[in-house]
Amino acid sequence: MAKMTMKQEEQVNATNKTPKTGADLLVESLIDAGVDTLFGYPGGAVLPIFDALYRAKGSFNQILARHEQGSIHAAEGYARVSGKPGVVIATSGPGATNLVTGIADAMMDSLPMVVFTGQVNQGVIGTDAFQEADIMGITTPITKYNYQVRSIKDLPRIVKEAFHIASTGRPGPVVVDIPKDLAANPCEDHYETDFYLPGYQPTIKPNPMQVKKLGEALKVAKKPLILTGAGISTAKASEEIKAFVEQHQIPVVSTLLGLGAFPGEHPLFLGMAGMHGTYAANKAIYESDLLINIGARFDDRLTGNLDHFAPAAIIAHIDIDPAEIGKNITTHIPIVADAKLALTQMLTQIKTSPDYDEWLDHVQENKKDYPLWYNKPESEMIGQWVIEQVYKTTEGNAIVTTDVGQHQMWSAQYYKFSQPNRWVTSGGLGTMGFGFPAAIGAQLAAPKDTVVAIVGDGGFQMTLQELSILQERGLPVKIIIVNNSALGMVRQWQESFYEKRYSESIFAIQPDFVKLAEAYEIKGVKIDTQKELAEKLPALIAYDGPVLIDCRVLQQENVYPMIAPGKGIHEMIGVKP
Amino acid sequence: MKRIITATVQNRSGVLNRITGLLQKRQFNIESISVGRTEVDGVSKITFVVDVEDNQKLEQVTKQLNKQIDVLKVSDITDKAIVARELALIKIVSNSQLRAEIQGIIEPFRATVIDVSKDTLSVQVTGKPEKVEALIELLRPYGIKELARTGVTAFQRGQQPQVAQENTSFSLLH
Repeated sequence: MAKMTMKQEEQVNATNKTPKTGADLLVESLIDAGVDTLFGYPGGAVLPIFDALYRAKGSFNQILARHEQGSIHAAEGYARVSGKPGVVIATSGPGATNLVTGIADAMMDSLPMVVFTGQVNQGVIGTDAFQEADIMGITTPITKYNYQVRSIKDLPRIVKEAFHIASTGRPGPVVVDIPKDLAANPCEDHYETDFYLPGYQPTIKPNPMQVKKLGEALKVAKKPLILTGAGISTAKASEEIKAFVEQHQIPVVSTLLGLGAFPGEHPLFLGMAGMHGTYAANKAIYESDLLINIGARFDDRLTGNLDHFAPAAIIAHIDIDPAEIGKNITTHIPIVADAKLALTQMLTQIKTSPDYDEWLDHVQENKKDYPLWYNKPESEMIGQWVIEQVYKTTEGNAIVTTDVGQHQMWSAQYYKFSQPNRWVTSGGLGTMGFGFPAAIGAQLAAPKDTVVAIVGDGGFQMTLQELSILQERGLPVKIIIVNNSALGMVRQWQESFYEKRYSESIFAIQPDFVKLAEAYEIKGVKIDTQKELAEKLPALIAYDGPVLIDCRVLQQENVYPMIAPGKGIHEMIGVKP
Repeated sequence: MKRIITATVQNRSGVLNRITGLLQKRQFNIESISVGRTEVDGVSKITFVVDVEDNQKLEQVTKQLNKQIDVLKVSDITDKAIVARELALIKIVSNSQLRAEIQGIIEPFRATVIDVSKDTLSVQVTGKPEKVEALIELLRPYGIKELARTGVTAFQRGQQPQVAQENTSFSLLH
């Protein structure tokens, strides 16, 4: 109880007048774990828990989303920006299954998260009882670990273990399933919370021999390249990576999720690599003779056709998860470690390297000769230009969340992130509907920062019911809909690879988003031209409250450059106008 | 290539489900699997026989297994000095005239008859999978009515031969 504030202690003491229940024990365990923000949605099987939360009112900032999917994406945004585990409570059956997308998303993008699901009474588990779902079976393949509490004496220990597992090593989601009777029944005052997980001892310190090997490889390399992944942001190693890069003058490319780990405006930064990455970044990977991957997992959207990915390079891979090393790409120098510890060791152990001037000149030339491009129409807007305006207006200081699709790729291309954990996007799972609720979580984690949710008209319509929260909780999120009345990325692929058969990708009817915003009592603005946006955006971003900006952009604009499916990283199309 | 992999695991609920689910999700082909308790309380041992394409896939299997919270140790013991055994129960068509003949077949395999009925005979055999296989093939002509195998269980011998250069590591370091 050491971490409890006076106020919290008073509240818990107040609950002690009635016999303590399993639910009270859970509330205490959450306070012990340092939880201050809860994303919850009540229902039958978690009524005892919500009643205990009511009794402990004031202990947590409790956020009621309007759909469990909103809760969990908000928790993901919160986790990404705060670095703390996102905590979600949902009821059994449909409540729990509504979380599945977010759990899988957190697993793919290694976000720390602890999810509590209600379960039917122990006596009827396995009988297809009302609102029963086998959430253990459902979430086993998409969690780092999961528990069903079978005895109340295990609950405090399990909660402690769950937070430990979720937030250490390679972070990930942990599910704790709690039967209703267990939460409702009286229990003892105190249970043992000590735990020992002999099978879970993540390696966080690098092996000095492997670091030495990396140093030797750098000495003979002529074309070294660093690939930065989200593992650097998670490990809070941005200072170290910058120091290492500047010390040795090695060019840097980033994964989608790694953006911001290394400053986007740095002269040694060549941009994002992969399917919609820059030509300079992809070409550098193709030509490199030593590729140092730090905290990325060689996702197929990054690598393209594996046969052509860094074909001439010695591959060094630094990752906290040993199973990622050698999974997709044969690795020559494996370093299992936390990115911060690995980089710290590299800084002290690798002092010298030859100069790579010729290589640097070459990659800089590519960067200069093949910049990202788009043709700007006369007066109408297109997505790329909208993102550039947002970047300029926020001076690159906003926290940006997105859904998946064209607007996401344009955000990755045209918003230059200079700090870690300010880019919140669904990378691995590519979840539509993620961006807006994630922005709510991000704003809760960083109340003073400007949070911009850049969403598509498709994805936004999947979770827009969470507009309720903005006014309710006074969250000044700025929503920018890159609205092309289509599922833009689907439409692009149908244009390019399905002979323009636009099967179900064009919306015949769009809601009036401005009226919708007004229905939720927030400011809404529809913008049709460049002139309007340029004029209004600064005031809208500076506005003291939530704003929805419906930017009507041209439908036929595509994301370029691109590596077509099955093609190699050196075969980008749309590199030049 | 077939590999024998053992995993020592904590005996928590759902652990087998998690592990077989993992292998299924990652498309590793399990040929046989056997589980049982060990000498340590709360610790079980799983023996897998898996068919993997190459060393890279094999490394992935062991790494993915090792990554599981409940897994204490994973070993590929294929190239070690090991004892590997399987139990099979084989029910074959038989009658009083055939019994002696079948007895003659199973005796060299040190198999035993464990049940006799008017027209069937049940045999128990223990040994290396190849031996079990061989006996099944010999008994097949009589007509196998029912067959149950446990899958291989195995561990390393008490003493490992000292080989100067044992090529059993699958590190990608070469």
